[in-house]
Amino acid sequence: MLRFLIRRLGLAILVALSVSAITFSMTYLAGDPAIAMTSENASEAEVQRIREFYGFDRPVLVQYVSWLTKAATGDFGQSLYLKQPVGDVIFDRLPTTMMLGAFALMFALALSIPLGVVAAVRPNSLIDRLALLLAVVGQAMPSFWFALTMILWFGINWRLLPISGTDSWANFIMPAVALGYYITPGVMRLTRAGMLEVLRSDYIRTARAKGVSSSSVLFKHALRNAIIPVVSLAAVQFGFMLGGSIVIETIFAINGLGYLAWESIQRADLPMMQAIVLVLSIFYILLTFLADVINAWLDPRIRSA
Amino acid sequence: MVLKKFALAAVLLATTAMPGLAGKADDTLNWATDREVSVVDPYYNTARELLIMGHMGWDGLILLNPDSGDYEPLLATSWEWKGNTAVEFDLREGVKFHDGSDFDADDVVYTVNFISNEDNGVLTFSQASWMKEAIKLDKYKVRIELHEPYPNSMAYLSNEISIVPEGHYDDAPKGPDGKPDYGAVAPVGAGPYKMTELKSGEYVLWERFEDYYEGGAKGTPQIGKIKFRAIKENNTQIAELLTGGLDWIWDVPKEQALRMADSGQVQVVNAKTLRISYLSFDVDGSSGQDFFTNKLVRQAVAHAINREAIAENLVGPASVVINSACHPEQFGCTDDVPKWDYDPEKSKALLAEAGYPDGFTFDLYAYREREFTEAVIGDLANVGIRANLNYLQYSKLVELVWEGVPPLHHMTWGSSSIPDVAAITSHFFSGGQDDPAMDPRTAEALKRGDTTIDPKEREAAYAEALSIISGELYWLPMFTYTKYYAFSNDLDFVPTSDEIPRFYSAKWK
Repeated sequence: MLRFLIRRLGLAILVALSVSAITFSMTYLAGDPAIAMTSENASEAEVQRIREFYGFDRPVLVQYVSWLTKAATGDFGQSLYLKQPVGDVIFDRLPTTMMLGAFALMFALALSIPLGVVAAVRPNSLIDRLALLLAVVGQAMPSFWFALTMILWFGINWRLLPISGTDSWANFIMPAVALGYYITPGVMRLTRAGMLEVLRSDYIRTARAKGVSSSSVLFKHALRNAIIPVVSLAAVQFGFMLGGSIVIETIFAINGLGYLAWESIQRADLPMMQAIVLVLSIFYILLTFLADVINAWLDPRIRSA
Repeated sequence: MVLKKFALAAVLLATTAMPGLAGKADDTLNWATDREVSVVDPYYNTARELLIMGHMGWDGLILLNPDSGDYEPLLATSWEWKGNTAVEFDLREGVKFHDGSDFDADDVVYTVNFISNEDNGVLTFSQASWMKEAIKLDKYKVRIELHEPYPNSMAYLSNEISIVPEGHYDDAPKGPDGKPDYGAVAPVGAGPYKMTELKSGEYVLWERFEDYYEGGAKGTPQIGKIKFRAIKENNTQIAELLTGGLDWIWDVPKEQALRMADSGQVQVVNAKTLRISYLSFDVDGSSGQDFFTNKLVRQAVAHAINREAIAENLVGPASVVINSACHPEQFGCTDDVPKWDYDPEKSKALLAEAGYPDGFTFDLYAYREREFTEAVIGDLANVGIRANLNYLQYSKLVELVWEGVPPLHHMTWGSSSIPDVAAITSHFFSGGQDDPAMDPRTAEALKRGDTTIDPKEREAAYAEALSIISGELYWLPMFTYTKYYAFSNDLDFVPTSDEIPRFYSAKWK
């Protein structure tokens, strides 16, 4: 088990490095950061001066190695636009995105797991059909449209919830629902399928024959096994939400990492873009690793694999 | 009991969820744009939002009155040109900076000499590099000397050159690279508003500066607080405006602006800007697609595009078609130049004459308002000219333009809000890296205009250059840009064409 996890961790770090290298070189395709920094009527000579001042005139490989060496010590350089250390800005905004992602995941799990369980217990019933309908609608509905619809109803028409910003916990309700609803169908389907399979298995039949109560069969025996793939999916989806919250953070003006990534791309803030990609890659690695650990805890057979 | 709990939760939710009182009720003008501002310094941030805040927080020597086109006293009470390369200013007495220090000639000398020094890495250096130095004549009198005659000098002094206290940048913190981080210095100006709070990336709060002097061109500020927020998504901005979370937004898409205007819930204004749209041709064939080296083809393109329809239907009622490589409101701009009217049949005939009876296919590059460019593509397709659209980020497109890659590029230019053709025509047609034609005739005429302060001489020289540019069709000038503003019914606000909202002169109704 330990050797398996170490091997996986090593591979994941290689993936993170590859992603950062590719991102580093690709960000140069987005445009010259020196042009983005100067005023509209700057001459080529002035742009060249800025290029030299910030070291953008060096070969990309030299810049990458220099950046990676510093990044290894926690120094991600300075944001070209915000004029602040990149690490400070990222760690200032990361908690907001983490909180949004956590709320969204909680909402998604609270909705999808019970629905999946109920749908599996009563297959082809009205509630099963409603749950499947919810899944289809959830998958078909773009998150930006859902977010704007919520703003229209809860923000403008009924004035129940704040529309933008992060002033209070209430500011996170609509964004978390919009972000979480997007992953609900997948988790719900997986829970339903897992429960259906487990409920048909021999050990469940044996447990029932031994007179174990229905709730105990359902939650103690069935759900514990059925939920293993859901844990992996939830971990991956959480990582996806951290990186993919760009749209939601943009719509609700939430000043998190997703919004920062989008803004940094637009203003060609290379140090910021490169660091965000690296940080998100590392999060993916940690989350996948965490999912493996939880699965091993849930299913002892994995520990000896 | 359960119902009671639910009702309590609903009330709690409603009361904690809604944004606090904003706008007229707490004397705070809340405005938002789509760009965050974290560096509040007029010389180390080039965003327009900072230019707007710059006018709130800092005063320059003079101020342009957008209605009359005249320069009015601000920190200077009067000024006099001493030949073509020196101007002397009498300074206002009794002015205080936000940190309580007194303003005098030393502050002007320090500011001018700091920003015109290339080593200080000022991002707006091109707007200061024309100044050689400032010399103190007495406590309230300075002379600014120029390297050479410069037509935009007064425009830059009125819009871009903000005075900071002497020694302002001297103790700048060091950045990670060991260099002074001037953008991190706490903002101190002598403007009508003082920055009191900055939450990086979220908002910047300004409060009225109670010691602001009287008698300046900016008047006495009326509104107590002005809060800027960054809200990227346009629909969210509109939702906040409609629910009172914001008092002012701009760049509202036309359809949404018209719908809001119909609702009567907010005020909607379509106002002129100094930005223009133009097509620039690859006249020398550097792109490898040499269609546009042929003047007949350039004429065919010009006759194929219905600029009136684009301006009227897509841009807004304040937009006008232009024929010169400048904005009609800029000094020296004239419409007395060769014109190319919409005439698709003539366009087809010209194409046939040029040897392309079936048209041709080429690469068109653009970066802004895709719908405007798509309208151009549609018009060109009607006469058989097929455009492959390459839609890029501005910084990437500028790189390619400097390399001579685009056969035709659809661009815009805002002249940095400078109401003078030197900020556009001289920039593009004086033989620099942006010059598509390198025509010595335009360069010579523009040099004549740029090196004198005699208005009549300047007008004559610029008219000559503009006539050559339109006649040869190096550019096809298209239309002027407009902006839709939407703001609270409680707000008394008047937009200006230089796209610098004067929040310091706004007031509540």
